[in-house]
Amino acid sequence: MKVSDLESMEQFTCLQPKYSDVEITAGYTSDLLSDVMGNAEENSVLITIQAHKNTVAVSSLAGVAAIIICSRRPCPDDMLAAAAAEGLAVFRTAENQFETSARIARLLGM
Amino acid sequence: MSEEDKKPLQSSLRVQELIYGLRISEVMTSKVFAVSKNCTMRDVREIMRNNEISGVPVVDSKRVVGIVTMNDLMNALEEGALDDSVITWMTSEVQTLAEDMPLSFGISAFGKFSFRQFPVVNKSNELTGILTFRNINHALIRELSRQLRHMERQSENPPEADSLRFTKVYQLARYDFENGGTASSEIKKFLKSRGVPPKLVRRVAVASYELEINLVAHSIGGMLSFDINEERVKISSHDRGPGIADTAQAMTEGFSTANEWIRSQGFGAGMGLPNVKRVSDEFAIESAVGMGTMVQAVIYLKQEKEHESQ
Repeated sequence: MKVSDLESMEQFTCLQPKYSDVEITAGYTSDLLSDVMGNAEENSVLITIQAHKNTVAVSSLAGVAAIIICSRRPCPDDMLAAAAAEGLAVFRTAENQFETSARIARLLGM
Repeated sequence: MSEEDKKPLQSSLRVQELIYGLRISEVMTSKVFAVSKNCTMRDVREIMRNNEISGVPVVDSKRVVGIVTMNDLMNALEEGALDDSVITWMTSEVQTLAEDMPLSFGISAFGKFSFRQFPVVNKSNELTGILTFRNINHALIRELSRQLRHMERQSENPPEADSLRFTKVYQLARYDFENGGTASSEIKKFLKSRGVPPKLVRRVAVASYELEINLVAHSIGGMLSFDINEERVKISSHDRGPGIADTAQAMTEGFSTANEWIRSQGFGAGMGLPNVKRVSDEFAIESAVGMGTMVQAVIYLKQEKEHESQ
């Protein structure tokens, strides 16, 4: 599954379309940035409600391929600007972290 | 340009970092004049006079139990009590420093207390030296000239464009979450551009980011420095306080002193320092309340075997 495959799904609204379209190989669900930093796998999609500029910084350092912000949380402009600078996709969904994780797991054939 | 806008020179930050990196034992005077409890104030006067010093520690089987300062001596003189035991006149609330503390802690101690010298003790609490302003000035001058020589050598033989040699110091201010992450992101890009394997780059990024966020979230400000060569990445973090009362507790996963606001920024899960230790090949932490915290993390770039966390 590639990042662009998420963009084509109706559940996900792409808020930051200037991304590098890499292959997603895993998922990680967490709102604690240190946890993401320490444990998210490279090329995973991050499922979170932590809509903050720091989420982009951590994702970029940890090699996260895309961020999905759950429960329709608003994303500040500086977060999206940072994501654009890093070439990191940001999606928003109405579903919560559990529902989104389940959806992504199915897509990854887990 | 206002004062706040002025960015400190990288070279001045380097010197500061070098000084911070010194241990108190490398700077202190090791030849200490101390007196035992049985000595008199007259003995102290002789020692001070003959050696031009202004403070003499009082020891009881090598442990520091007090210090006689010039002030104490003058008080005894006024009362004509030079034959009294030092015990009567010494300052018994004496602040000591540990010899393996970074010099930055010593500098903080001079700011915090009004003493003009600090007895230095080893792990068994035995007197091994004394730290004065004079020692610090000497160390400063020594490090400045060392840094100057280093810069001269570097301008003669600049490193090759694609070399893995890199040193930089970043200053971080309290609660500046805006800029927390800048250093890590620069270092990550540098290592990536030099073809360092992604797994190693990631470990460096994790250690560096956690230390950066720690400085921003928990310290009153400090500096993060990188010293990179072909063999390893050395990351050092120094701050000016408040210091950690129990470093073992701070190293426990889940323990955090973060407030609600820090947590709202997505931090404060109590994983920072444990994360740094996990990704590092060498890890050291030193802290003292009121004086500061120093963390050093080294990641080897030439891995003989896979790191245990991989």
